[in-house]
Amino acid sequence: MRKILFVLLLISAGFVTPAFALDRAAVDKLAFGDSEEKIEAIGALVAEGDPKALTLLSALLEGELQTLPATKRVLIVKGERAIDAVTGEQVVPTPAERDDILVNNRLRGALNDALAALKLVSQDRAVRLAAAKELDGSADATMLPLVKKALAQEADTGVRALLESIVATAEINGDDKPVRLMALRTLERSGTAGTKTLLLTLLEKETDEDIRSAAQRSLRAIEGRLAWGERAGLLFSGISLGSVLLLAALGLAITYGLMGVINMAHGELIMVGAYTTYVVQNLFRTYLPNAFDWYLLCAVPTAFAMAGLVGMALERSVIRWLYGRPLETLLATWGISLVLMQSARTIFGAQNVPVENPAFMSGGIQILSNVVLPWSRIVIIFFAIAVVIGVWLLLTRTRLGLFVRGVTQNRAMASCVGVPTARVDAWAFGLGSGIAGLAGCALSQIGNVGPDLGQAYIVDSFMVVVLGGVGQLIGTVYAALGLGFANKLLESWSGAVLAKIVVLVFIIIFIQKRPQGLFALKGRAVE
Amino acid sequence: MMGPIAQTITRLYGTRGWMAIAVFGFILFVVIPVANLLIPDSSPFHISAYWVTLLGKIMCYAIVALAMDLIWGYCGILSLGHGLFFALGGYAMGMYLMRQIGRDGQYATALPDFMVFLDWKTLPWHWSYTDHFAYTLLLIVLVPGVLAYVFGYFAFRSRIKGVYFSIITQALTYAAMLLFFRNETGFGGNNGFTDFKRILGVPITLPETRIVLLAIVGAALIGTLLLGRYIVTSKAGRVLAAIRDAEQRVMFCGYNTVHYKLFIWTLSAVLCGIAGALYVTQVGIINPGEMSPANSIEIAIWVAVGGRGTLTGALVGAGVVNGAKSFFTQAFPEYWLYVLGLMFILVTLFMPQGIVGLVRRWRGARNTQRTSP
Repeated sequence: MRKILFVLLLISAGFVTPAFALDRAAVDKLAFGDSEEKIEAIGALVAEGDPKALTLLSALLEGELQTLPATKRVLIVKGERAIDAVTGEQVVPTPAERDDILVNNRLRGALNDALAALKLVSQDRAVRLAAAKELDGSADATMLPLVKKALAQEADTGVRALLESIVATAEINGDDKPVRLMALRTLERSGTAGTKTLLLTLLEKETDEDIRSAAQRSLRAIEGRLAWGERAGLLFSGISLGSVLLLAALGLAITYGLMGVINMAHGELIMVGAYTTYVVQNLFRTYLPNAFDWYLLCAVPTAFAMAGLVGMALERSVIRWLYGRPLETLLATWGISLVLMQSARTIFGAQNVPVENPAFMSGGIQILSNVVLPWSRIVIIFFAIAVVIGVWLLLTRTRLGLFVRGVTQNRAMASCVGVPTARVDAWAFGLGSGIAGLAGCALSQIGNVGPDLGQAYIVDSFMVVVLGGVGQLIGTVYAALGLGFANKLLESWSGAVLAKIVVLVFIIIFIQKRPQGLFALKGRAVE
Repeated sequence: MMGPIAQTITRLYGTRGWMAIAVFGFILFVVIPVANLLIPDSSPFHISAYWVTLLGKIMCYAIVALAMDLIWGYCGILSLGHGLFFALGGYAMGMYLMRQIGRDGQYATALPDFMVFLDWKTLPWHWSYTDHFAYTLLLIVLVPGVLAYVFGYFAFRSRIKGVYFSIITQALTYAAMLLFFRNETGFGGNNGFTDFKRILGVPITLPETRIVLLAIVGAALIGTLLLGRYIVTSKAGRVLAAIRDAEQRVMFCGYNTVHYKLFIWTLSAVLCGIAGALYVTQVGIINPGEMSPANSIEIAIWVAVGGRGTLTGALVGAGVVNGAKSFFTQAFPEYWLYVLGLMFILVTLFMPQGIVGLVRRWRGARNTQRTSP
């Protein structure tokens, strides 16, 4: 009866294994030895590959492993409960006099590696993958037996490849020449940025000719692959930045490009969308925790509606009085942006608020050893495409779109044939603002959500619209993608800030040459 | 017959105007020095150093507002990049003041502290000769002037106007801000320049120095006002106003509008640079934050609140808005942005002529009442 109770207790305390039986000598060394002996003991425990060692070592790392000065017993103390580290029996009552075991930085490093090695034999693929990644580049010979054991049972190809590279990395520094040559060949196939530095350090001190030439061959192969990876990564981040810019600027392309309203509060409408996403997320967490992963499905339309409503309210209350006076519109909307920003600060605080990715958007696809495409970015790219198509359909295939285009091209004539121009203005402005809200919803998934969120995008979005030319959506698309690429390309050789400056200066010069932007509506105006 | 000088004097302002300037000058050059230096702290008539600095700061802003009014109020070009010229002038002065610190910095070297911090061994090229005051004065005028001239030349030649021009100037100051935030540029990065010790060998924090500096700012303000008035009452000023109201007609009349716009744009930038240099002597710090787009756009609201197209309006606006700002940021810091934002909205919606316009309308109404019966 007591035994069952004990098992239940252990399980409830989060322990994986009910029965404890570890090598007493190793545990004693771990607890009472000096650093050297402790690291030896860790090695011994890892080599055994006993999953129980995981509990022991993580307890040591967390500072939960304590000793009794009187009886030299080693205990794992979690909160108020104490368990004998060797036998696993609960010690009742918890002794009052206990000594901590000191963990220095060297030991900590060894412990982390050891824990990762032990996790290699875990049941969960994600845990194994993470552990393998942790070990990649830092593994040494003491872990080799365990890693080889893990490799023998591993079925997943992704984890296998990593494990092979770990084994090779460990073996390469050994003494056996054929084994080292084999290891180099293995590395040639896998090859991450970490292996590159490993090979470089190897080449520095290696004297054996055969090994040197093998290492050089591997190095060249890896460098070639890494270069491709970098190019692919650049391409992807260019598209990604382009899609973000596109989302941020698309709403502006409607309010400014089509309606001619300079909306300096556009960035703050993006912010409204982002905060709406935050609120929806919190509501889901409180009331529908099971459906939390799907909160975005609700947040997208809500963000659109919120920002759209705010936009329409602005149009009705302020902007419509200022049609035809662009400079005044600019100042008034700047004032609106200040008020909105400060309201966000009052309501949500000046700090950034956390917005969590749904599970399906975290992580990414690894296409090459040094290129990971985050799911959140991929989703946003497709989201941007969907929004562009949606807006295009709305403008070209619906009655509202027809009205908007009519009012844009000739307000007086549209009014004469019965288009309610004032209402169309409000709807169009609401549409543009709603798209800003969508942009905010997307941005909340990849960046910080704070009161200054919009400010970061306002100059960029205006640049996109100005560069793309007023009055045509396709110009905005090209300009956003072009700017995204240009920014990322320049960033790769000059750093982020200089790239931005170069791009801004380029736009300023470009506008001198083509004041009407890339794609201009043809017309006969003198202006 | 009046001489040309007397003619100019009467053209600029009537008796009342000159009287107002004289009163202002009297307060600035006599009352404040006496109240600050001679009257003891305990007396209610003592003016503390805080007020002297605040007044100096606001007068620098007033010069900027005048410069903004010349280009926006009289020529219809809304610049959202005037903070850049202001900051450039400030940085030019700041470089000189940094050199004046000499070996009294924390590291006690000839190099400014931040360069020692960055482990630089020699001054970068653009710092050469900045220890000469005359060269600094030249920089204060030339750097904003040349930048404005080159930028304006290309912008006006390709007929960029209206909102496009505003947005591009905003991008310009934004790019410059990013550039100055970097340590490599050699302008102290985030922190900019501060901790100045002396100017022309005189300790800068001394009360007497502060009073002299205040008087210089005041003189510069009066000078700017008279210069502005001279321009707007001249024939060129009328052409500028015509460009604002109908540029194409002016062009069709045979004027080359580019020259006029370029002239007033460059002059406005230079005035901003001077104001920035004076501002640094007043507040003792300059950093890239001065170039942020928000700062530049705030300049526009000073002018709009006071009243566009009247120089008095620019002065009034700079005073009212900045007075309110220093009151609110101390008393209710969290409400200042609401006040500023509402000011932007309400002024553009309901007070297109600003405070000066309101006063004029009110006076006009009173006059008609008086004459009607």
